[in-house]
Amino acid sequence: MATQHSRSAARFMMAPAVVLLLGWMLVPLLMTLYFSFKTYLPLRGGDLGWTGFDNYVRFVSSSAFWPSIQATLIIVGGALIITVGFGVLLGILLNQPMWGQGVVRILVIAPFFVMPTVSALVWKNMFMDPTNGLLAHLWRFFGADPVVWLSDASLFSIILIVSWQWLPFATLILLTAIQSLDGEQLEASEMDGAPVLKRFWYIVLPHLSRAITIVILIETIFLLSIFAEILVTTGGAFGTRTLTYLIFQRVLESQNVGLGSAGGVYAIILANIVAIFLMRIVGKNLDA
Amino acid sequence: MARAVTNQRKAINTAAAWAVGLLIFFPILWTILTSFKTEATAIADPPVFLAFDWTLENYSAVMERSNYARFLWNSIIIAGGSTILGIIVAVPAAWSMAFVPSKRTKDILLWMLSTKMLPAVGVLYPIYLIFIKLGILDSRIGLVIVIMLINLPIIVWMLYTYFKEIPVDILEAGRMDGASLKDEIIYILTPMAVPGIASTLLLNFILAWNEAFWTLNLTAAKAAPLTAFIASYSSPEGLFYAKLSAASTMAIAPILILGWFSQKQLVSGLTFGAVK
Repeated sequence: MATQHSRSAARFMMAPAVVLLLGWMLVPLLMTLYFSFKTYLPLRGGDLGWTGFDNYVRFVSSSAFWPSIQATLIIVGGALIITVGFGVLLGILLNQPMWGQGVVRILVIAPFFVMPTVSALVWKNMFMDPTNGLLAHLWRFFGADPVVWLSDASLFSIILIVSWQWLPFATLILLTAIQSLDGEQLEASEMDGAPVLKRFWYIVLPHLSRAITIVILIETIFLLSIFAEILVTTGGAFGTRTLTYLIFQRVLESQNVGLGSAGGVYAIILANIVAIFLMRIVGKNLDA
Repeated sequence: MARAVTNQRKAINTAAAWAVGLLIFFPILWTILTSFKTEATAIADPPVFLAFDWTLENYSAVMERSNYARFLWNSIIIAGGSTILGIIVAVPAAWSMAFVPSKRTKDILLWMLSTKMLPAVGVLYPIYLIFIKLGILDSRIGLVIVIMLINLPIIVWMLYTYFKEIPVDILEAGRMDGASLKDEIIYILTPMAVPGIASTLLLNFILAWNEAFWTLNLTAAKAAPLTAFIASYSSPEGLFYAKLSAASTMAIAPILILGWFSQKQLVSGLTFGAVK
């Protein structure tokens, strides 16, 4: 039984973390809200007064807005499909008996530990460069014209880079989930003569549904805010300007803080919609 | 019929898994190999895999060119400082939530998690402004604080998950013997909690090391860590593949090694205990 004494001690011990996070959440959030209702141009006159919802309207009606939403959805959606799809397959493959399983696991997980600026630059230069990139060498070897990846297939290239970074995460989590699958059930169905595809569809996939949901939610939250991968590859050009990058440009490059802040509020709302679903799942798990 | 795996099936699995594993690992392998080539060999067509004159000149060029040591030191201070500070703040909080839970514990935990979901770009300017006002823009201390705050929810969650697994009976027994709160923490809890704290430390060090939004936006010349150091290669002069590779290898090698040790914690740490 917790005593009154230990309860107040507990509250005292929790205080630093709670106060810090509360400050971290509230202060910038309130400032962003405040700026979003202002015309605020630090380099061109500073605070020029209140404008109501003007920034919100202008942010959405700017010609860059819908393309940025589209780019964001394509990148997030594309990376999710690739990482979850291949993650399931890889998880199943890695769960099979084999020689050197530990080493293969390490090889597969490695990209997750590569910092975003490194993976983006390595892909950009050493693989996707149209003259000296390895893919260009490969294309020429087969007599084809090298693809100018980051301008002609820009979204696909970004998706490829991001998927490479996140595939290990999806694989690792799905592999963990697969390992908890009841082997006897699978064996029984195998002996009953259920074909591989049916076993996958009716037993493996339902078992993985929760893990897949979690992978999708967590990845979405991170993918919505990818930044370095775009900064060092295309700098937002060739249709790769995501919502995050658009806001970054408004705030730091064109120094229109009011407009950027309104965009920031949109981004926060968008992230929260995803977050609510994730929190539900995590919350349920806390009760168990 | 026993489900004995035939060697043939095992061989097929092995071949397939190794092929996929090597394909995924290939960009890293290629980077490491290229870092030992001369710039001319690095762009040779057809590409050279192993049969080249291995050289260390890129490593020394990178070190000379850009004061690599300072970036490395910044990375170590920022990742290490933010992680240690985070642990200091999070251990008491996670301890009290795990052992003296109240009705609100779950809400507090979920709320902490929700702060992690706040998109950084949404609060970029306020943080930027606060940093200027406080004079900590482009300073290590500023980044230590920010990275600590963005990882604090994960640290609290991981520690909470580990502490939850410590049997409460032991604490009860300690209390019966008259152990004070302080004794409980020092003599009972700490020895049992050390492995959990170590894993949390490891994973969060990795996350902090690789953080590339705040480190790129809040630093310039002085406090820039390796993420920014590498980003400076995005507008290169002349041939630079081998040097880029050497710089990249130096930036990722320590984390790759640490990362391989943290595989197990990765799953529960990054899914907030939802997948174990």
